[in-house]
Amino acid sequence: MSSFATTQLDIEKIRKQFPVLHQDVNGKQLIYFDNAATSQTPDVVINALSDYYSLDNANIHRGIHALAERSTAAYEESRKKVASFINADEPEEVIFTKGTTESINLVATAYGRKFLEAGDEVLISGMEHHSNIVPWQILCEQTGAKLKVTPVEDNGDLNMEAFRGLLSERTRIVSIVFISNTLGTINPIKEIATAAHNAGAKILVDAAQAAPHTKIDVRDLNCDFLAFSAHKMYGPTGTGVLYGKRALLEKMDPYQGGGEMIKEVSFEKTTYGEIPHKFEAGTPNIGDVIAFGTAIEFVEGIGHDMLKQHEDDLLAHANSTLRDIDGFTPIGTSNQKASVISFNIDGIHPFDLGMLLDARGIAVRTGHHCTQPLMDRFKIEGTARASFAVYNTISEIDDFVTALKDIVSKYRK
Amino acid sequence: MTIQEKQDEIIDEFGMLEGDMEMSINYLMELGERLDTYPEHLRDEDHIVKGCQSKVWLNAELKENTVEFQADSNTAITKGLVSLLIRVMSGQKPDDILNQVIYFPSRIGMSRFIGTQRSNGFSAMIKQMKMYALALNSKIKA
Ligand SMILES: Cc1ncc(COP(=O)(O)O)c(C=O)c1O
Repeated sequence: MSSFATTQLDIEKIRKQFPVLHQDVNGKQLIYFDNAATSQTPDVVINALSDYYSLDNANIHRGIHALAERSTAAYEESRKKVASFINADEPEEVIFTKGTTESINLVATAYGRKFLEAGDEVLISGMEHHSNIVPWQILCEQTGAKLKVTPVEDNGDLNMEAFRGLLSERTRIVSIVFISNTLGTINPIKEIATAAHNAGAKILVDAAQAAPHTKIDVRDLNCDFLAFSAHKMYGPTGTGVLYGKRALLEKMDPYQGGGEMIKEVSFEKTTYGEIPHKFEAGTPNIGDVIAFGTAIEFVEGIGHDMLKQHEDDLLAHANSTLRDIDGFTPIGTSNQKASVISFNIDGIHPFDLGMLLDARGIAVRTGHHCTQPLMDRFKIEGTARASFAVYNTISEIDDFVTALKDIVSKYRK
Repeated sequence: MTIQEKQDEIIDEFGMLEGDMEMSINYLMELGERLDTYPEHLRDEDHIVKGCQSKVWLNAELKENTVEFQADSNTAITKGLVSLLIRVMSGQKPDDILNQVIYFPSRIGMSRFIGTQRSNGFSAMIKQMKMYALALNSKIKA
């Protein structure tokens, strides 16, 4: 079945749409396996960005001239595309931010500071990205709330029993990553959301890695907030989304003050605009938001089923071939995994490994992947991480494995 | 050899590698392996160079009015880079270490080999060597 689906996806045709892939690095054809950090951008998205600046550039929402009309319409069209992409009830529940990090900070600030008090609890997990740790630490410092952490099992799964035990009547916010950028683990978000709600808590989902890999349905997940970034799903850098349920967004205070977010301003009293504008102070990242809409069309054009099938095939192939490498130790071996492989090789430091791969034109990421507490949990300094996207191929993985074997035979101590 | 002569020697050596990234890395790793064993009792917080992405330990002692450096790193490539600095700076007078300009990193295209992150670590390392030289200089002159 899997080979059937793969033959249906014409990878060569897809690769042609990504100009950046067609270059040599250090004299070798580039193999780009750093997709969990940022994915590459197809022609359609690059063109959308360039068309915006070539044809439609104008500030949105306040203009009455033709360009302002066009840019406003395109910007709001992106909001509709995002809403439909994640199956939100309405586009107003979609707020454009700089990305996942800003989305989480927005909730920690505009919801957290208003509704949390001393003794309340925020529950996260041991596999969170720093962007889903530090905003809560800041909030806890400011309010006297406590940060609780769900432990991670040896295979990279969340310890769900411990999670349930950590939920209490003081838990106000549960904030958990959907797919771990370091381990690849796909967490049971629906189950987590139900448990959080039963405890009376709100749930935020960090979907930064999920958006390019899995179909996200905020209504089915029943999450209160969800955050992701355009640049990890074939879109441009500098923009992303905070989804929030209307009732919650309306109860929250604004995040920043300025233009766009107000109804009326006087020196005595200012009234705020309606959602989503209440949370979009100042001129937003118009061009990138519009191109983000095109990235969504690109992903939907391929379809999440196809994407998942292709990436599962790549993952399975990588798992079975990497295993043969002397001293290979995977970090994160959950049964529920996205196409992210973190590993170490005994006797070669991940930094050295990353450099040696780069010398052969292979881009992986090395280090702690912004998950230092997780590294401490596994008692390692860092890992090398290969992460796959729609344009990666089985033969690239074979070249990668061959390079690794050669590096191991030459440089391993 | 003076600091300048040693730097020119390194530039010549890397010139022969013709910018081949893997050969350069390989050469750096070899150089790192040849570095004298770093004393275990000096592998502590006081000797870690701040600003390096990989860990670097650095120590300096006075030996007949010149500075002897010892160093180690937890990664092989960084250790090689560190060994280059030791080659240039070890056995030199504190005044020379303080006054001579270190120009070999850019001439061997180092940032291309190691990336900006480690370049910063490299600058931190040079700065730390100069701090040692300064401290040891005042010991000589006291
Ligand atoms: C799981 C996860 N959460 C959050 C982030 C932060 O995303 P951004 O840097 O786009 O704000 C990342 C990006 O690395 C991530 O992988």
